[in-house]
Amino acid sequence: MAKSNKPVIWGLFAAGGTVTAFVTPALVLLTLLPAAGVMPELLAYDNLRAFAGHWLGKAAVFAVIFLSLWHAAHRLRVTLHDFGVRADLLVAIVVYLAAAAGSLAAAYYLLRL
Amino acid sequence: MTGKPYVREVPRFGWFFRQPRYMRYMAREVTCIFIGAYAVVLLVALKRLSEGRQAYEAFLQALTSPASVIFHLVVLAFALYHTTSWFNVTPKAMPIQAGEDFLPGWVIVGAHYAAWLLVSVALLVLAGAF
Repeated sequence: MAKSNKPVIWGLFAAGGTVTAFVTPALVLLTLLPAAGVMPELLAYDNLRAFAGHWLGKAAVFAVIFLSLWHAAHRLRVTLHDFGVRADLLVAIVVYLAAAAGSLAAAYYLLRL
Repeated sequence: MTGKPYVREVPRFGWFFRQPRYMRYMAREVTCIFIGAYAVVLLVALKRLSEGRQAYEAFLQALTSPASVIFHLVVLAFALYHTTSWFNVTPKAMPIQAGEDFLPGWVIVGAHYAAWLLVSVALLVLAGAF
């Protein structure tokens, strides 16, 4: 049988869709609260630094950013087709490269902590 | 074959305005722009955090600007649409067989909503939002 990269691309898309479905609304609320005058304890510099300093925290932050970006990239590729853009190869290269660059940047910042 | 095969014309752009169900499909698809944009916000937060206290506290300050509030509210609306549309198709994406029959769809969807509520409350409580 011919090899296909589809299962990997779609698997990560589905994983990202599931993770973002569960956590993104709560995360958005979390970063919206400071504007309402409520500062969640985790967002204080020392606490967030300690959280992201732990390897488990690093893994969680990386997973959320990587899967969100991958999910968005893949769905954007399909959505652009639906909006009439037919240069799929170019679109695929741009969106996946952007997701990869963002993920690498996340890893770099996490390792600097 | 005789005659010309019927080819239904579909415009390249704007076809989704034809039917409410196409519009709902497109609404679901464009949520990705906002999920991606919020991932970039998280990435910027991480960058500021790695740059030290001063940079990070300036970022926290920026979160209270009117532009940030509007951005967050728009992202929240699309994120909620993503969550509900994602959960509502779970019985089709992963049907669960129990004996001869399949588990009713509402059980699978309901389990997802219950887990979502639990995860969201746990996340906000653990982050000290209350």
